[in-house]
Amino acid sequence: MSEKTVDRVAGATPVLLARKIKGLSDRAIAWIFVGPTIFLLLAVNIFPLIWTVNLSFTNFKANRINRVVDYVGFSNYERILNDPDVWLSMQATAHFLFWTIFFQVLIGFTLAWLINKKFKGNDVWTTIIVLPMMLSPAVVGNFWTFLYQPQIGLFNYVIGFLSGKDASSFEMLGSVDLAPWSIVIVDTWMWTPFVMLICLAGLRSIPDYIYEAAEVDRASKLRQFFTITIPMVLPFLMLAVLFRGIENFKMFDLVVQLTGGGPGSTTELASIHLKREAFEKWRTGYSSAIAIILFVTVFGLASIYVKALNKVKER
Amino acid sequence: MKTLKLAAAGALALSAAAIATPAQADDLTLCWAAWDPANALVELSKEFEASSGHKMSFEFVPWPNFADRILNELNSGGKLCDLLIGDSQWIGGGAENGHYVKLNDFFDKENISMDDFAEATVYAYSTWPKGTPNYYALPAMGDANGWFYRKDWFARDDIRKAFKEKTGRELGEPKTQKELLEIAQFFQGREIDGKTVYGAAIFTERGSEGITMGVTGALYPWGFKYENTPGKYDMEGAVNSPEAVEALEFYKELYKTATPPGYTNAYMGESLDAFKSGQVAMAMNWFAFFPGLYADPITGGDKIDFFVNPPQNNEGSTLGGQGISVIAYSDKQEAALEYIKWFAQPDVQAKWWGLGGYSAHNSVLNDPGFIDSAPFAGDFLLAMQNVQDFWQEPAYAELLIAMQKRMHDYIVADKGTAKEALDLLVADWTEIFKEEGKL
Repeated sequence: MSEKTVDRVAGATPVLLARKIKGLSDRAIAWIFVGPTIFLLLAVNIFPLIWTVNLSFTNFKANRINRVVDYVGFSNYERILNDPDVWLSMQATAHFLFWTIFFQVLIGFTLAWLINKKFKGNDVWTTIIVLPMMLSPAVVGNFWTFLYQPQIGLFNYVIGFLSGKDASSFEMLGSVDLAPWSIVIVDTWMWTPFVMLICLAGLRSIPDYIYEAAEVDRASKLRQFFTITIPMVLPFLMLAVLFRGIENFKMFDLVVQLTGGGPGSTTELASIHLKREAFEKWRTGYSSAIAIILFVTVFGLASIYVKALNKVKER
Repeated sequence: MKTLKLAAAGALALSAAAIATPAQADDLTLCWAAWDPANALVELSKEFEASSGHKMSFEFVPWPNFADRILNELNSGGKLCDLLIGDSQWIGGGAENGHYVKLNDFFDKENISMDDFAEATVYAYSTWPKGTPNYYALPAMGDANGWFYRKDWFARDDIRKAFKEKTGRELGEPKTQKELLEIAQFFQGREIDGKTVYGAAIFTERGSEGITMGVTGALYPWGFKYENTPGKYDMEGAVNSPEAVEALEFYKELYKTATPPGYTNAYMGESLDAFKSGQVAMAMNWFAFFPGLYADPITGGDKIDFFVNPPQNNEGSTLGGQGISVIAYSDKQEAALEYIKWFAQPDVQAKWWGLGGYSAHNSVLNDPGFIDSAPFAGDFLLAMQNVQDFWQEPAYAELLIAMQKRMHDYIVADKGTAKEALDLLVADWTEIFKEEGKL
């Protein structure tokens, strides 16, 4: 049967093409197939990266293409590391990153644990919970801008109702103290379901017989949770943290929609700062250096983290 | 024989039509911001399409993205726009980076005189270097930042009485910036018809140019100058002068004590919303919106009136508005120049004003009936006599972003003092001009 298929395929190959590829080795044919992909990868990813590294050592400005471009050595990097605005944006990013991951893991795991219990309407609840992550960040940003509106916003109303404060007496997006938390709340609302789904996959991968064996050994529920559930879900949790960490390190759209980086520069995350330098101030060389620093940071942290993840998996 | 005659007549008609229309009809794209006057321009341009045979297409970008979108287009040598009504501050970059076609020869050839346009608009929208007779745009849309208020609330006896009791003077259009603050504070949190209202909607937007355009509305009347000596970039003592510090403190007080809650990132749209929804007694915005505000069925008509940005130490309004330029990368420059020639005609300019566009042509502005032609026409003339614009340097975007940051940090985010904010601004601007090789 398979011989017939091979004959059919060979027969269907145009004669001219068949003649051309007749003398090619398997390796050459493999290169023909993967060649375009490698070329595309080089053109779209590797070349721009090398070009960005090159630009980061210049004073090039993309809006002054006629100006002479000088190589400035490491001065862009030096300026960045001494620029208080860059450090402020890194602090804002670190705050956002830490607290979003903390809350998303905490709430996401709790929800997954609850959803994993067999109860009526389980599937309906899962669908409802995952709805926020199906929305576009622009929609979520706009939606929460209204919720945070001091005069008509539901969020302010609920907080006002619960605390007895006047709903319009505080501004989630306009206050220096509250704005960093307002973006954490929205990102947590949107992406906790993602963490929950990964945790749910982890919980459902634990075979029932392990719990049954623990029951036979008269292990308490708490003991089962800490010695079976947590260790077996940990690789999944770590994977969720990795995904959310990388995503939130380059967070842009949601925060721009909510606060535009304000008030002042309170919520100006690294990616927003980079965009301002690159496409508003047009300091292409300088912003390329920032991009390289961010790339190295994410790449370095992610590599260390993946090694740790692999070790956990091996246990 | 009859068929032959018909064929001959047909051929004649075809050749006549070919002579009457230009050799080649082009499809021109005009780029501008998406706002009320743009719709008026679409209407006006139908006449050009009919008379020239060219087809007009329009690319209107919402204001918050206008600079990003169009400057990206220009910097990449894009051919999207044949004509651009670009912001006044772009003129330096447009000219020096070769984005705009220099129009001097064309103006000479077509007898278009810049003396026919209001001097302030020619200076601001057309010339680079500033004030020199090198023209890169034709003044297309005069504009300045002005104010409008609830005339019906100002006329109510109970409100007038309460105001008199509180301040000892009659409630009316403010004559100074400090009076404006006093009126705004009077209305802040007041109950009118069972609804809590607020003083004034002002510009506080962080992302594009909002807070800078708003705060300069206070800085200019206090006598703010960008340089001690024009063209020398000597900013120390001018940008951070005691008057500038006072003006900045004033704007912060206005923001903190007399604006609706949540207006921390507000620009044109938010100002219009606040007024149209009956939240505020007064609001600042560009004159370009005033025809639409006056026509509003709920808060327009006899419920609204307008006033020019009040003086303090001197008169001063923030300049808006734009000139129309031909893009150097366009393949249809001839047709684009035809459009400018048509647009410069006095009768077209009169129709432009009639449709809601702000003509800068002297024949329109000096017409005896102009002041009475709209309730805001007189204020517009007054504003245009004392306008001041932001830097129009090629490094305009960097200069603007620095000011946006420093102003928002101080006014909205409560960071530092007014003096510190202005000192930091001088440092930022100095660094930028050093990079530019101008210092």
